[in-house]
Amino acid sequence: MTEPTLADWKQMYGALWRIRLFEGQVQRLAAAGEIPGFPHLSTGQEAVAVGICTQLKREDVLFTSHRGHGHVLAKGSDIEATFAEILGRQNGLCRGRGGSMHLVDAANGVLGATGVVAGNLALAAGAAWAAQAQGRQDISVVFFGDGATGAGAFHETLNLAALWRLPVLFVCENNGYAEFTSREEHSNVKHVSSFAAPYGIATQTIDGNDLPTIFAAAAVAIESLRQGAGPYLLECMTFRMAGHYVGDAQQYRSKEELAEVREKCPIERLKRYLVERGVNPEELDAIGERTKNEVQQAVERARAGPRPDAATVLEFVYRAPALAAIQG
Amino acid sequence: MQHTFIEILRRALDEELARDPAVHLLGEDVAAGGAFGVTRGLAQKHGMARVRNTPISEAAITGLATGAALCGLKPVLEIMFIDFATLSMDCLVNQTAKYRYMSGGQLAVPLVVRTQAGAAGGAAAQHSQSLEAWFIHVPGLIVVAPSTPAEAYGLLKSAIRLGEPVLFIEHKRLYTMKEELAEGAELPPIGKARIAKPGTDVTVIAYSAMVQTALEAAQKLADDGISAEVIDLRTLLPLDMATIAASVSKTHRVLVAHEAVRSGGAGAEIAARIAAELFDELDAPVLRVGCPFAPIPFAPELERALLPGGADIVRAVRQIMGRDG
Repeated sequence: MTEPTLADWKQMYGALWRIRLFEGQVQRLAAAGEIPGFPHLSTGQEAVAVGICTQLKREDVLFTSHRGHGHVLAKGSDIEATFAEILGRQNGLCRGRGGSMHLVDAANGVLGATGVVAGNLALAAGAAWAAQAQGRQDISVVFFGDGATGAGAFHETLNLAALWRLPVLFVCENNGYAEFTSREEHSNVKHVSSFAAPYGIATQTIDGNDLPTIFAAAAVAIESLRQGAGPYLLECMTFRMAGHYVGDAQQYRSKEELAEVREKCPIERLKRYLVERGVNPEELDAIGERTKNEVQQAVERARAGPRPDAATVLEFVYRAPALAAIQG
Repeated sequence: MQHTFIEILRRALDEELARDPAVHLLGEDVAAGGAFGVTRGLAQKHGMARVRNTPISEAAITGLATGAALCGLKPVLEIMFIDFATLSMDCLVNQTAKYRYMSGGQLAVPLVVRTQAGAAGGAAAQHSQSLEAWFIHVPGLIVVAPSTPAEAYGLLKSAIRLGEPVLFIEHKRLYTMKEELAEGAELPPIGKARIAKPGTDVTVIAYSAMVQTALEAAQKLADDGISAEVIDLRTLLPLDMATIAASVSKTHRVLVAHEAVRSGGAGAEIAARIAAELFDELDAPVLRVGCPFAPIPFAPELERALLPGGADIVRAVRQIMGRDG
């Protein structure tokens, strides 16, 4: 993608808000008991999702983690269908079979979130292999947290992806916490990007709360992938504004730390960046308002959707009815 | 002309590679022919891009194959020993098997995981296990365990064409078994058992190499005037209850035999299904033959002592027939 115009930036400003407000609605309805399970919010990490996914084509495939709502929205999936899935409704992306941690929107290249930390890295490499084998220019992107680097699958996949020069972009959202445990407590390796060099993988550690920085770094990485230069690892230093999951009281974080995180809000930072470039702050506020309405209306439509029919619970285990008949 | 199990597997893979450009082989040493020579010559014939060596990274290569299957390839992944499939299990159980369901039918995983199992020749505790029961517990998977070379040929081809994730279990003791391949035979459907030997007095249900053991036992039983029907399940998941029911309705007596540890094995599920669905047909309790509750030992006399064989099947059938002592 060429250098974004002011109009592009404004669109991305709206995309940040879309995720922020979406997660706000998830938090509200999870707390009210309307959303089953344990949704994990990406509040505070929106810039990584928007900076990268905005530059993906529809055919490029996306894999994400348990904290994946933002990535799915930034890739362009429908707000209503995504929210409906999180509600467990029939009008959800996966007809209520997946939920927050297993969002799939195949037609939009969203091939899945996973609840197993580091579980999707190898799948993303496999999707990249398929593109390579079939001579397609599409790339594969996988988002994961710094906690994933403790898993063997992370290292196995880096080795394999480098060896086969696979067009896969590894995006680590290093938010400093693996669930409730800080990075210092679970690894001596401060930067996830340090793991890339031994495998010969190109890497950068960047400010993950500054959208222009992410956008520029991602543009370089994506271009390199499309040129066939092999995998790329982007480590985005970011901050979780919310807890590990909705309901996490975060007693392991100090008030000062949480206040500091709020200071680094990626939306505020993009706003300052745009105002410095002559954009009227009122115009930006209007974008925020518009997005608020857009999200609110989509959420209401999602909530009005039908609940899945219990009689269909055995559908989709297998394709063929002959095989499905053997269940039980 | 007779061919070994290994040669016939190679032929099936060769033909599927030629038939469908989406088919790709991958695994440790497969381009070099594989640990047992199944893929010998295929990389030379179909190219290194279609037959790819991987690092010894079972977790990653299972995920890789799954991701590729989501995006248009039909990978055939070789996991050298089923014992190592434990390292693939996170992906197989949490991702591969569930993709169709979790995505509400949006995605499918047309993947075959070929693996080799069973005890023979002192391979010892970590290269001899029969772990199929763990996999038949997972909704979304298909588990196939062929009993002869010709069966393996057809079942492997059917598995590759099925469009579902299949665990294809080859018994190492069968690898040298030779059989003629009927040219142009129809491929067996996945999920359909076969009658390996018809009989009237008792049904012996088996799969994989245990079918051969059961056929040998059936010979001995015939000398004793007992007519055993041997069912070759071919696939453990799905389980062909219709074929089992037809046989049990005729014989009214059942033995389930497998090499895997008896406790918690596939036989427990089969026996439970028979008890629940065919109780009125039964004239005797359903018995099971399987491995005693111990790891596979190394020393040949210990390995022989532990593994269930034809004598165990004969003994159990005699018990079912009320011909004890």
